[in-house]
Amino acid sequence: MLSTSLLLAIVLAPLLGAVLAGLLGRQIGRAGAHGVTILGVGIACVLSFYVFYQLVWGGAPDYDQNIYTWFQVAGIGAHVGFLIDRLSAMMMVVVSFVSLMVHIYTIGYMADDDGYQRFFSYIALFTFFMLMLVMSNNFLQLFFGWEGVGLVSYLLIGFWFKKPSASFAGMKAFIVNRVGDLGFVLGIAAALHFLGSLDYGTAFAHAPSLVGRSIQIIPGHPWSAATVICILLFIGAMGKSAQVPLHVWLPDSMEGPTPISALIHAATMVTAGVFMVARMSPLFELSTTALSVVLVIGATGAFFLGLIGITQWDIKRVVAYSTLSQLGYMMAALGASAYAAGMFHLMTHAFFKALLFLGAGSVIMAMHHEQDMRYMGGLRRYMPVTYLTMWVGSLALCGIPPFAGFYSKDAIIEAVGASHVWGASYAYWCVLLGVFVTATYTFRMMYLTFHGKERFHVDAHAGHGHDDAHGEAHGERGVLAHAPHESPWVVTLPLVLLAIPSLLIGIFTVWPLLYGNFFGSAIVVAPAHDVLAEMAAHFHGVLALTLHAVFTAPFWIAVAGIVVTSYVYLLNPAMADAVKRVLGPVYRVVDNKFYFDEVYNALFARGSVALGQALWKGADVGAIDGVMVNGSASLVDRVARRARTLQSGFLYHYAFAMIVGLILLLAGFLLVPHA
Amino acid sequence: MSWNDVLTMLPELYLTGAICVLLLFDAFAGTRYRSAMHWLSMLALLVTALLVVSAQRAIPATAFSGMYVDDTLAQILKLFSILSVALVFVFSEPYLRMRKMAVGEFHTLTLFALLGIMLLVSAGNLVMIYLGLELLTLSSYALVALDRDSPRATEAAMKYFVLGALASGLLLYGMSMLYGATGTLSLPGIAATLPVTPHQSLAVFGLVFVIAGIAFKFGAAPFHMWLPDVYEGSPSAVTLFVASAPKLAAVGMALRLLDVGLHPLLPYWQDMLAVLAVASLVIGSLVAIVQSNLKRMLAYSTIGHMGFLFLGLSAGTSFGNAAAVFYAIAYVLMSTAAFGVILALARAGFEADRIDDLRGLNQRSPWFAGLMALAMFSLGGVPPLFGFWAKLLVLQSAIGAHMLWLAIVGAFAAIISLFYYLRVVKVMYFDKPAEDSALLVSSDASLRWVLSLNALALLALGVFQGPLLDWCLRGFGG
Repeated sequence: MLSTSLLLAIVLAPLLGAVLAGLLGRQIGRAGAHGVTILGVGIACVLSFYVFYQLVWGGAPDYDQNIYTWFQVAGIGAHVGFLIDRLSAMMMVVVSFVSLMVHIYTIGYMADDDGYQRFFSYIALFTFFMLMLVMSNNFLQLFFGWEGVGLVSYLLIGFWFKKPSASFAGMKAFIVNRVGDLGFVLGIAAALHFLGSLDYGTAFAHAPSLVGRSIQIIPGHPWSAATVICILLFIGAMGKSAQVPLHVWLPDSMEGPTPISALIHAATMVTAGVFMVARMSPLFELSTTALSVVLVIGATGAFFLGLIGITQWDIKRVVAYSTLSQLGYMMAALGASAYAAGMFHLMTHAFFKALLFLGAGSVIMAMHHEQDMRYMGGLRRYMPVTYLTMWVGSLALCGIPPFAGFYSKDAIIEAVGASHVWGASYAYWCVLLGVFVTATYTFRMMYLTFHGKERFHVDAHAGHGHDDAHGEAHGERGVLAHAPHESPWVVTLPLVLLAIPSLLIGIFTVWPLLYGNFFGSAIVVAPAHDVLAEMAAHFHGVLALTLHAVFTAPFWIAVAGIVVTSYVYLLNPAMADAVKRVLGPVYRVVDNKFYFDEVYNALFARGSVALGQALWKGADVGAIDGVMVNGSASLVDRVARRARTLQSGFLYHYAFAMIVGLILLLAGFLLVPHA
Repeated sequence: MSWNDVLTMLPELYLTGAICVLLLFDAFAGTRYRSAMHWLSMLALLVTALLVVSAQRAIPATAFSGMYVDDTLAQILKLFSILSVALVFVFSEPYLRMRKMAVGEFHTLTLFALLGIMLLVSAGNLVMIYLGLELLTLSSYALVALDRDSPRATEAAMKYFVLGALASGLLLYGMSMLYGATGTLSLPGIAATLPVTPHQSLAVFGLVFVIAGIAFKFGAAPFHMWLPDVYEGSPSAVTLFVASAPKLAAVGMALRLLDVGLHPLLPYWQDMLAVLAVASLVIGSLVAIVQSNLKRMLAYSTIGHMGFLFLGLSAGTSFGNAAAVFYAIAYVLMSTAAFGVILALARAGFEADRIDDLRGLNQRSPWFAGLMALAMFSLGGVPPLFGFWAKLLVLQSAIGAHMLWLAIVGAFAAIISLFYYLRVVKVMYFDKPAEDSALLVSSDASLRWVLSLNALALLALGVFQGPLLDWCLRGFGG
């Protein structure tokens, strides 16, 4: 049995750390701040592992209880409660472990920052919200966590709020997420309307009743209720998990400090959408249309957003576009009803992507906050630990066996190939070619950063703007005050600790997670959609699967990508420019990220500003201020000036007024017949 | 006359005796014992209040064949009247001392007025009403003229007296009509006779005059003309009195006459009060906007507040009556606080009664600026202050009595009136003090402390309005 107080401790320990570091940051100092938050998150991490152990090996039953009732209105209860099954337990482990690694890493990365305590407070607060999200047993608490992580994400992207680009990126992330959240709220409302409860248990139990019910949003066009609910919920997931076309905020979010790029914008928060869809599998299984939408949108992102990564020069942006592409893979898996594969990839990705981000951060520290790969090169000699661990992450990302990414990504590609929902063949080509793209941008990044000639030089007399140096150019670019060096142990330790699961976790978990019915009743798959069951028939053990890889298309596509990239970036650097020239128009489109930002700016940003201007000038200044506010005020003023003249100061006027009043009352009540 | 009658009326009888003693003391002790006069008056108030409270267990009781009634309503109104008179004494003491005004007369006349108030709110008979009213108003005329060298005070007193006499005449005429229609002067007797009297229209005819008399006492439009001139012309200490306890007397008088005596005519007086309420709300909220004199502005604000009070009265329900009493108490405490600040700022040759006089008060004395702001916000009905609940209750009772339109007028008037209350706040906080102005808060310790308590009570009673409201509701069997 899992005890309530144990679960409460998991969420409250990080919250307490966040409160202490945030409110008493000045008093407890830097060491105090990272001490309390790491302690809080560490407690959450250890207990999460314990919960996971209890559920998987200890034979503890799932936990589903309300702990506190916020309010109860007309039969609808708003509760705080936890649903702990293997799905949420796995998320708890991933979230708290990555969060703990990032906390430790931050000690090194933010060492010179003035906002040290604030930063620790935020990331511990983020951990609290994220745990509330994954542990929730109802839609409302899910939404609470959902908005909470969004808030902290906004705060952290704009952490260096004095930098205009950072506050802009924060705002952009917040606004784009509002679009998704609107859909999400509507989805929750629709679910409540049709299923009659905010609690997962009750709602999912009623899910079969959705079949055959429809809703008319546009009169005369009845839509299936399940489809409407699922697509609305998925719009929320599109915002949070940065799916096309709501992905535009994620690359800009790299303006935030690197640890949060790893924690929030790679490993945990952005996967909340994936987790949510997996959690809602009983609903999504009812709508093939919704599954198709998820599949097509996910697969599109997996390929096309990966392409953008090839053209980027900023090391963090390369990893960011890689995240977008991998999130697309996860969504595609969900769309193919391979929820377990999606969750599997979520887990492996959390480890290797956090590793890559933290490694990138380590490189950025060594380069004195230079993020442009054109000024790097040959760094492998200076920072061996970062170099090796990042290779582990890169190979995992490319899906090279036996690294963790291989098992999860291979399963996704196979599952999408086996899927029969509408759009599956398009999706299959997307995820298959995505492998080539992944290998290309990953190896390009590694070569540009660690291999080749050094494209920077060391000049001890160069300006040393270390204090305010957050990606700001100091003096001449590519000039370092002193040679790059390996990062301190607080930075490399998390890298090593994350490299271990990036390397090994696939081997140990592929069987139970994909084919061993690990998630049990937490995930529901309709028999007609059950692609994993089909794949299980061909499964003959981990070793066979690993060896078999050399006979499969994805493996060779990845190898092709690696070979091409190696040739272009290692052996014949001039080739890159030649390719760029040949593919001119295509390159420009990709380099401009398919013009999403431009279109959004022109359409939505300018459009809303124009609408706002019109409402302001026309409705507010003209009608409300001019007519209603100032107009009524001047009317009152005029009447008042008139009325004061009645008070003449003459006694007989006063007496006259009284007599007139009396006569009017008499006339009104004696002459007019009354009730 | 039995011993019981005497016991029931003990507070009033004691106060009468005390006033006589004070009168003699003042005549013989001379000006050297001025502060003794002040403290003896306070003592008299304290003992009277204790006597009122000690009668708690015996209520409801009547004395002198129903001429005098002691019940919860009477006790509430008496206690708050005594409290407000005590506040008047504390706030005006430094003012009168500085101006060397005849202090003995001020105290004795105010106490006589209080006696009138107590008799009025305990009246069970038309004669008692008239007696109490005259005792109150005659003392008030003399108080307004207290500063007899000031032409404005004399003018104000003259106007007050002439119009008051007219109003008394109207009231008395209306009472005689009621007597003619029902053959009795006893209020419960009138209520019992009215449904069966053949002279219904005669009673309604009388009712109009009675209402006119009540409206004059409240200062409800169009019987309000005396009020701005009296507020502005009187010495601030007297304005403070006129603006406080007599309003409680007025609400007591209205409830005795209308609720006890003339309840069978409810449909008539309900509409009359509604008409008067609308007129008062409009006049009060509009004309106050263009005033530059603070006392005059508060006078128009009073007219508006009386309009609100009429909302509660016109409902004719026990909840409405309770709301009206609650409103009167709120109004009295708010106006003592507001006038208290004026008195605290007044010095020799400086009345501090123009709105501009308060410019930059926040820089000179943030605490008293805060107290004034509290009073203004409360008068304006900003939650969670006392005035907000008062307004809420009367609006609620009007809606409860199916007079939604009246409540809407009230809400609009409240919004408009917020303007001039906030203007005072704006002047205090955002305007620069005039170069030559030396805004100085009186150094009188008891004034400072009691004024602070008075203003903070507006906040406290706003937050904990429950017990007082329950008490008011108990006054009407709620």
